[in-house]
Amino acid sequence: MRPVQVPGAAEIETDPLGIEASQERGEFPYWLVLMLLIIGLFAYLTFFDPTYVGARRAILPGLGITIRATLIAFVIALVIGLIAGLGRIARNSVVRTLATTYVEFIRGVPMLVLIFAVALVIVPLLADALGFSNRLPQEVRAIIALALIYGGYIAEVFRAGVESVHPGQLEASRSLGMPHSSAMRHVVIPQAVRNVLPALGNDFISMLKDSSLLSVLGVTEITQQARIFASSTFQFREGFLVLTFLYLTMTLVLSLLVAWLGRRLKRG
Amino acid sequence: MVEQPAIGDNDRVVVHRLSKRFGNVQAVADVNLRVRVGEAMVIVGPSGSGKSTVLRCMNHLEVPTKGAIYIDGVHLEDPKTDINAVRKEMGMVFQQFNLFPHLTVMGNLTLAQKRVRRRSQKEAEEIGMQQLNRVGIPEKARMKPAQLSGGQQQRVAIARSLAMNPKVMLFDEPTSALDPEMINEVLDVMRELAASGMTMVVVTHEMGFAREIGSHLVMMDEGRVVEEGNAAEVFANPQNERTRAFFSKIL
Repeated sequence: MRPVQVPGAAEIETDPLGIEASQERGEFPYWLVLMLLIIGLFAYLTFFDPTYVGARRAILPGLGITIRATLIAFVIALVIGLIAGLGRIARNSVVRTLATTYVEFIRGVPMLVLIFAVALVIVPLLADALGFSNRLPQEVRAIIALALIYGGYIAEVFRAGVESVHPGQLEASRSLGMPHSSAMRHVVIPQAVRNVLPALGNDFISMLKDSSLLSVLGVTEITQQARIFASSTFQFREGFLVLTFLYLTMTLVLSLLVAWLGRRLKRG
Repeated sequence: MVEQPAIGDNDRVVVHRLSKRFGNVQAVADVNLRVRVGEAMVIVGPSGSGKSTVLRCMNHLEVPTKGAIYIDGVHLEDPKTDINAVRKEMGMVFQQFNLFPHLTVMGNLTLAQKRVRRRSQKEAEEIGMQQLNRVGIPEKARMKPAQLSGGQQQRVAIARSLAMNPKVMLFDEPTSALDPEMINEVLDVMRELAASGMTMVVVTHEMGFAREIGSHLVMMDEGRVVEEGNAAEVFANPQNERTRAFFSKIL
């Protein structure tokens, strides 16, 4: 791990897979070879072994929902996170207090509990209060829940990102006569976002995995499909192997992408 | 509220009974200074003497604990003062350059021109190019700051301030972070600037430079001005004991 360290700033992970660290030690990433072998075996079983056909056919249709829910929730979480993250360091103490309360609330409750709470309590309450129908589809509730939860986590990432920008940047912009808002928008935030891109990538990967929790709401993403398939056919091994294969493939590809991005950004 | 000092038409910067405290540290204690139009004031003194703090108070990067700063008669600490309007008439050059690393050199030069001076992209680039020529590195316009040497970065930082057509330039130890062989290229730019009649306040450790361009030398120690006057005279015949001690150590 080689976090970007600025005095007083939070750490920002740039080498989550330890690829760079292992290169520096002159070590070949054997874990990656082993991982590819495992994925290869799982892929072979999923696509070519006749006993896995049923599991594959049952689970794959959920993939679209997994990806769609993750993508939409992530985009909303980015917006919430940016607002809450800037709120955490706002000069206005009311804004700062509200943002901090939100972040600490989210961080203090297990994700599974939050998903239940948001989907089954908060969304219906909000829908009532705003006069919407209470019959929002479970997938929409699930996306709102995931976005609100990750908004809290991503807020901390953005806060750390802004704090990682050298204070001299703000001073230089202000001494050129730029108002605070304009200095933040054109000088500080672009650098902050660049600094946190790898961390955001990691949050996206976490979110993709955590979307499996949406199965508890009955959203028919891949985990739910696997559960239904396994419990109705008793093919637990087949069901969960295919499920594992899907998650592992997606997260490994994304992790490599994030690691590559991190190294590219570091080079400048 | 302190009493208002007399401010003449020629007084660009007036520092009136300025004090600044950081926690338990009295960084600046009751400092009075006057920078006249077209003058190059050089502030020298040992580390921790409060000279950078005085400079940073001049464009409100630090807020005084007591006292007042007037820029062209405008009281900086007055809550009704539009600090951005004052700052756009002042340039500031930092020890660490503080160029914007995500922008090209030209991007650095045009950002505030567009956002603050409301100039068009084309006009801002023309003015930016003039200033890059002035500091001698027009060929670096499309590069990123990280691709330049320290001396070149500092010259870009000066050009960035000049592009705003400031009435006064503040320099906070502009050569202290530079390798020795790069100091002169930056001092040359500052010499030219002083010769052109720019009003300047320079905090520096470069005594030779202070003697050469400083029409007005200020010696600070322990947060106070211990001596001030014509640079050549102060160097030739320092009156204060601490000034003599400082010169003997550094010259």
